[in-house]
Amino acid sequence: MRFSFATLLRQAFTGNAWPEQWRSPEPRSAYDVVIVGAGGHGLATAYYLASEHGIRNVAVLEKGWLGGGNTGRNTTIIRSNYLQDASAALYEHALKLWEGLAQALNYNVMYSPRGVLMLAHTEHDVRVLRRHVHANRLAGIDNEWLTPDQARQFCPPLNISNDLRYPVLGASLQRRGGIARHDAVAWGYARAASTLGVDIVQNCEVTGVHRDLSGAVTGVETTRGPITARKIAVVAAGHTSVVMAMAGIRLPLESFPLQALVSEPVKPVLPCVVMSSAIHAYVSQSDKGELVIGAGTDAYTSYSQRGALYIVTHALEAICELFPAFRRLRMLRNWGGIVDVTPDRSPIIGPTPVPGLFMNCGWGTGGFKATPGSGHVFAATVARGEPHPFAAPFGLDRFRSGRLIDEAAAAAVSH
Amino acid sequence: MLLIRCPFCGARPEFEFHYGGEAHIARPPDPSAVDDTAWTDFLYMRSNPKGLHAERWRHSPGCGRFFNCLRDTIGDRIVATYPVGQKRPDAE
Repeated sequence: MRFSFATLLRQAFTGNAWPEQWRSPEPRSAYDVVIVGAGGHGLATAYYLASEHGIRNVAVLEKGWLGGGNTGRNTTIIRSNYLQDASAALYEHALKLWEGLAQALNYNVMYSPRGVLMLAHTEHDVRVLRRHVHANRLAGIDNEWLTPDQARQFCPPLNISNDLRYPVLGASLQRRGGIARHDAVAWGYARAASTLGVDIVQNCEVTGVHRDLSGAVTGVETTRGPITARKIAVVAAGHTSVVMAMAGIRLPLESFPLQALVSEPVKPVLPCVVMSSAIHAYVSQSDKGELVIGAGTDAYTSYSQRGALYIVTHALEAICELFPAFRRLRMLRNWGGIVDVTPDRSPIIGPTPVPGLFMNCGWGTGGFKATPGSGHVFAATVARGEPHPFAAPFGLDRFRSGRLIDEAAAAAVSH
Repeated sequence: MLLIRCPFCGARPEFEFHYGGEAHIARPPDPSAVDDTAWTDFLYMRSNPKGLHAERWRHSPGCGRFFNCLRDTIGDRIVATYPVGQKRPDAE
């Protein structure tokens, strides 16, 4: 069913139930490509494999439920103001896809380019953010520098008083940045991929990787039986190390719990996304009215999907300093997701030393914004067997050659 | 918040410690003698297991000493802490 105003009206007046948006088939015994992980990145990969490369005999295997990992746990911030040329190109590619995504998928992903304001609280912050602004403008990416007064003009509830422990000395603003509805992104890609023939198999955990005598992959072992495939694409976020260990590969990844929380819903109070990596808080308001607040990672690796309370407290203290009016808000829920962090805070996309095995991981604390671009370049990489030009600098080999893509400052979540 | 037992000072809250990454990764004695692959393994490759993880912690404001800790990364339960130089308690 194609969504349109006419279908909406027809459904409203006939009272028919909406049909299921994607099929839930039993897994077949063989596919051309098996994608491990049905989060946003995995589903986007499946969609672009089917729509742009004509590879429709694809299964997306998910151990839990679709979009139930970091796709459903992040703070939905979208921006492309990264420092290095390679990352700016990759994230800008994603941002351009966001702009037409709802039309391409015929699914409202509620992309809202309301502006991302990144605050500077020290002279060092000012220099770093201004450097980002200059680098971005040279790369053709919109990013501008605001004085504290201009920042408050753009974001009225912001406290720019000098009495703050870390006063606001300025801010960078990417106007095309914003937020989107995270669940809708997963659902939209799932629906579009399923329509093109992709099988999405939930509650199907990969427990082993089969390889032939030459070392190439031949398929996976799952909790719902073996599945053969000549190409396996692992998009398992925080669990990538676990899946890749089944193929005997060690990776430069560490998995940390990253927390977020939401307040009770209120009327519109915050017109944009505000981020501050120095005092460690980022916040936006969802269309439902909840303030969506991101906290930091725990210091130690963990798969527990929960973090220490003091990490959350720390973020809330910073938010209350920046927005004194928010002190009276009550928090409704808080949760953790497991993020896979690389030493240079940039993702790893590309082939692996095992023939037929591909990976897309290491997005760390900021993968949601890249979802369409990540899926797009990874699908091309899997289809052609060699990295897409945007993905080429992000190969595993960079850790050997030393060509790291250092985005510790742009990644915004300090570790 | 973890309660961590420093082998020298006893149980203290996590605030008093700094995490030091995976334990039992030895720096090659002569870095110029190893090839790039071995050096990459030392610098960057980590086991990142879902399960028991041997890791380093430093009791920074206390005794200031590094020690090792065996922790289950599924529920964050600490199984053992032990001085640097000892084998993993669960090693054969």
